[in-house]
Amino acid sequence: MSKRKATNVLVIVVLSIGAIVMLVPFIWMVLTAFKSVTEATQVNPFVIFPSKWLLDGFKSAITKMDIPQLYWNTVWMIVGRVVFAVLTATMAGYAFARLEFKGKKFLFSLVIFQMMIPTQIFIIPQYLMINALGAQNTIFALIFPGLVTAFGTFLMRQNFINLPKELEESARLDGCNIGQTFLFIMLPLAKSGMVALGIFTALFAFKDLMWPLVVNTNQATMPLASALAKLQGTFSSDYPELMAASLLACIPMIVIYLIFQKQFVEGIATSGGKL
Amino acid sequence: MGGKNKTVRYSAKKRNEAWWGYLMVFPTILGLIVLNIIPIFQTIYQSFFKTGDFGKGNIFIGLENYIDLIHDSSVWQAVWNTIRYTLVEVPISIVIALLLAVLLNRKMKCRVAFRTIYFLPMIAAPAAVAMVWRWLYNSQFGLLNHILGIFGLGPVNWISDPKIAIYSVAVVGIWSVIGYNMVLFLAGLQEIPKDYYEAARIDGANAVQQFFSVTIPLLSPTLFFVLVTRLIAALQVFDVIYMMMDLSNPALEETQSLVYLFYNYSFIEGNKGYGSTIVILLLMIIMVITLFQNYLEKKWVHYN
Repeated sequence: MSKRKATNVLVIVVLSIGAIVMLVPFIWMVLTAFKSVTEATQVNPFVIFPSKWLLDGFKSAITKMDIPQLYWNTVWMIVGRVVFAVLTATMAGYAFARLEFKGKKFLFSLVIFQMMIPTQIFIIPQYLMINALGAQNTIFALIFPGLVTAFGTFLMRQNFINLPKELEESARLDGCNIGQTFLFIMLPLAKSGMVALGIFTALFAFKDLMWPLVVNTNQATMPLASALAKLQGTFSSDYPELMAASLLACIPMIVIYLIFQKQFVEGIATSGGKL
Repeated sequence: MGGKNKTVRYSAKKRNEAWWGYLMVFPTILGLIVLNIIPIFQTIYQSFFKTGDFGKGNIFIGLENYIDLIHDSSVWQAVWNTIRYTLVEVPISIVIALLLAVLLNRKMKCRVAFRTIYFLPMIAAPAAVAMVWRWLYNSQFGLLNHILGIFGLGPVNWISDPKIAIYSVAVVGIWSVIGYNMVLFLAGLQEIPKDYYEAARIDGANAVQQFFSVTIPLLSPTLFFVLVTRLIAALQVFDVIYMMMDLSNPALEETQSLVYLFYNYSFIEGNKGYGSTIVILLLMIIMVITLFQNYLEKKWVHYN
């Protein structure tokens, strides 16, 4: 065996051990979810694989959490946030990248400023606004802080700056106005940036915990993240049930991730790396 | 005549462009002002008030919240907890992620599979992540103590022993974020030209020497970016602590972070004034780091 091949084998062994360590919590989640409570909390002998793959955990999770409703809430929250973020950030990003107007530098400095501030600063006033609007326990409340995005604006500006100017100039010479040039010429070119921003927004909306905990206290309007947190608070000893609920909360995103794996990883790499 | 006409047309064109510019940034700027800029001042304003139950009876108390804060040992304990969490999570997750990225940055089988697996925790809901780790850490029935038991060790009270609970929580943070850092490092590594390694090899540098003389300096912008964003994110840790630490947990005092304390005061105890004061403290800590980072960036990072 050549030296190069030996190193390759060694690398694969190291990476595999790492991968197993990374997967253990997920595997343990699945194994526990299918056990009975007695089996899950049995120490002597310790049970690794369920002797019978039971669905009791899933059944009791479903009776305590209205899973279809939670999926629905989560989907609408994500769709809302992604649509608003991509729409507003793409327009603003283009204007900041390509158009000249008075006060542009100052307005862009607001964008940068927002990105430097920890988001917890905004939560109390945003919560009071939602209260004043009487909009607690609505999907709108979940979307509210994500109506616009400073980070997305920054990302899309970078995206447009990196695009060639020639196409745009020739479109303008052909008599397109700025709106038409943006819509028909530049927008298709910015697709990868928009996809990256969309994925980034969706993932972080899905993972956001504090804001949904604060604004939507009624289970019927909660997204998965906060409903799961509440479930643990109420019934913290039925481990198969908790693991089944966790699994149900994770599966849709994992499936989407496995299908759009490439877009996910590249989206995160470009959006995360461009801040 | 002609020249004048041209300037008129030129400025009309400019006006038109400016009009479109304002139109396109309007939603974002309006949103930022309402959702973010005004709230900053509201939070600062709020920190000078004592809030009664359910936001009723806002009483101006001047600097009293700040004076209380300075004398509040649980706040300083929370600062210390947050710092300990950050000092464990950030460096360890960066070192592991960097090693993984270097190992993955080569032609080999299963490259995509490995990348997918390491990134997987990023996709999971934090509540689910915290729950399953809590279960792994369970002192009676948990998998970890069982494995220790095989070697005749333990049992360890992973998240209820005040001495180690914060580190157990940090391990969850590391596990969650390794894949994210790794993906950013991989993107950075792919931008390093192969010739640099070629040149280093001709000079007789082995793999380890290449890592320190080529990879690290050329990756320094990415490294620095990841370091700063992770530092700031780690200082805002909330989810894992909120999910893993029960109110009855004896280690709660030694693990609660600043943001956890902020959440508790603002939304559980309904004292938004004191909650605001805590979050202003967090803002100041992050500002100091941002300033320090600007200074270090000039010294360390090689942009080329």
